[in-house]
Amino acid sequence: MSKNTLYGIFDCELVLLAAVKEIRANKIEIKEVYSPFPVHGLDKALGLKETRMAITAFIYGCIGLSLAALMIYNIMIIDWPQNIGGKPNFTFYHNMPAFIPIMFECTVLFAAHLMSITYLIRNGLYPGGESDSPDARTTDDKFLMEIEVEGNVADVKAMLTKTGATEINEKDA
Amino acid sequence: MQKEAEIRDPLILGNKSFHDITKDISKPVEGKANKYWWILFSLSMVLFIWGVLCMAYTIGTGIGAWGLNKTVNWAWDITNFVWWIGIGHAGTLISAVLLLFRQKWRMSINRSAEAMTIFGVAQAALFPLIHMGRPWLAYYVFPIPNQFGSLWVNFNSPLLWDVFAISTYFSVSVVFWYIGLIPDFAMLRDRMSAKTAPMKKQLYSFLSFGWSGKAKHWQRFEEVSLVLAGLATPLVFSVHSIVSMDFATSVIPGWHTTIFPPYFVLGALFSGFAMVETLLIIMRKVVNMEAYITIKHIEYMNIIILLTGSLVGTAYITELFMSWYSGVEFEQYAFLNRATGPYWWAYAIMMTCNVLTPQLYWFSSIRKSFVATFILSIFVNIGMWFERFVIIVTSLHRDFLPSSWTMFSPSFIDIGIYLGTIGFFFVLFLLYARTFPVIAQAELKSIVKSSGSEYKNKK
Repeated sequence: MSKNTLYGIFDCELVLLAAVKEIRANKIEIKEVYSPFPVHGLDKALGLKETRMAITAFIYGCIGLSLAALMIYNIMIIDWPQNIGGKPNFTFYHNMPAFIPIMFECTVLFAAHLMSITYLIRNGLYPGGESDSPDARTTDDKFLMEIEVEGNVADVKAMLTKTGATEINEKDA
Repeated sequence: MQKEAEIRDPLILGNKSFHDITKDISKPVEGKANKYWWILFSLSMVLFIWGVLCMAYTIGTGIGAWGLNKTVNWAWDITNFVWWIGIGHAGTLISAVLLLFRQKWRMSINRSAEAMTIFGVAQAALFPLIHMGRPWLAYYVFPIPNQFGSLWVNFNSPLLWDVFAISTYFSVSVVFWYIGLIPDFAMLRDRMSAKTAPMKKQLYSFLSFGWSGKAKHWQRFEEVSLVLAGLATPLVFSVHSIVSMDFATSVIPGWHTTIFPPYFVLGALFSGFAMVETLLIIMRKVVNMEAYITIKHIEYMNIIILLTGSLVGTAYITELFMSWYSGVEFEQYAFLNRATGPYWWAYAIMMTCNVLTPQLYWFSSIRKSFVATFILSIFVNIGMWFERFVIIVTSLHRDFLPSSWTMFSPSFIDIGIYLGTIGFFFVLFLLYARTFPVIAQAELKSIVKSSGSEYKNKK
């Protein structure tokens, strides 16, 4: 049996959200939804797992903090301890109040940059990348629901129309 | 969908549909620049080139080209540096802190405020760079293993904290800005026709990283924005605190005060918001964004200016009180000299522009007027420049040894470099206004149905 791809186009995010819920309730699998802006609640309606971006940021932040501490320890305590204004300089923890600003900055530096890089990699975004949106209007004002249908196309089309799609396009696989 | 109280004023005027927003925001990018843009751009370019020449002269002849002397060994360079860094604070405050507080009005202004931040911090970074005298040795400020034995930077020094804070702030602001720009560049990419504007299409395809707006991507986008906001918020406060520690950890009367970190952060937000207003009031006219940057946005910012201005005023008075209360005569003299000494006029300008005139915002007619806001925002910009000048020069020019007391007067080159950075800033900002989506349209579209005027009027 041939596989067809249906593109249901919606004009309003509220209609789309209701449509997603209804179509999924009818056991039709939605392959992807493209939208011009983040629609609140769409991820839950589609049954997407929660993203782990925040967890990665925490891990990267810990790496940044440790590296900063290690760097400062090696430079200021091991390699060349200096007496600066009589500040304690023989052990790391004695001198640490003066090191906090840079340890904090390094934490933020690592967390923000590495999380952003992870975000780009996970989304497959890179300079000059090609968009794989089936319809260019999805960055403007249209919401697109992509459904792969095996079998009865007409049923799914009827479902899309019923739930408020203003336009349905079809692509043969 | 978000709900919003019906009695709140709409944040988007004129019954805009999603497509209207797309059209309005891509218009400056697609169209040709008007006469005013070219006039402003030429003026800024002239200033910029002038500044570059003055910088080249400084590097060629040395810091002696400036008006500094043995007593006043820090003046306009650090004043300008702190002024620009302060201006660079509102952008991240608007995009990060207001995001955490879920303030919807930030969406029309955050893109330009962040642009201002990035360009402002770039100007600020120029000053320490030139002041090094040999800017090609600037890499010395980083802890890089080198051939001089164990010649390391000093991690106890606030100047090194500054290096880390400002480079982190700058790079994180750029990343934050860019993450938000990707979907908007994608919007521009999809609007450009490969036939009529092949170059632009290619450019925006490159910049948009292949964004397509998938549900999973948007989910990650929102989380990444939130986490970046959470990281940027303490970062904003740390940056200006650290800048203030350049002064506060020294033992110069007038600088050696514990109130400096909060005082500087507030001053930075104050001047940053003023600069955002100055820029946006011009920009909304020049690129026709009147429907998105409304008087309501201006009023919200005016309230923040009123609050931070009053807090800055409180800090000034606290400073005076503490110097008297300290019982240290050097400390007392530093402040007495500030207010009544030969630089009394600078102190008076500072007090007037930062403490008195912002109080006019208590009147709602002034708070809700574009003209009054524009004028007052310029006052704040001037006042905050003088605040830094007062702190720096008046604390130095009469030091512990009366025989070395002197005055500071800027040289031709000092003035040229300062004007040059203003020119450079506007060159960058004007180029930005013609090539970037100046409003975060993707985010703005998400509030049309709760904050747009069409939906407000329905009820």
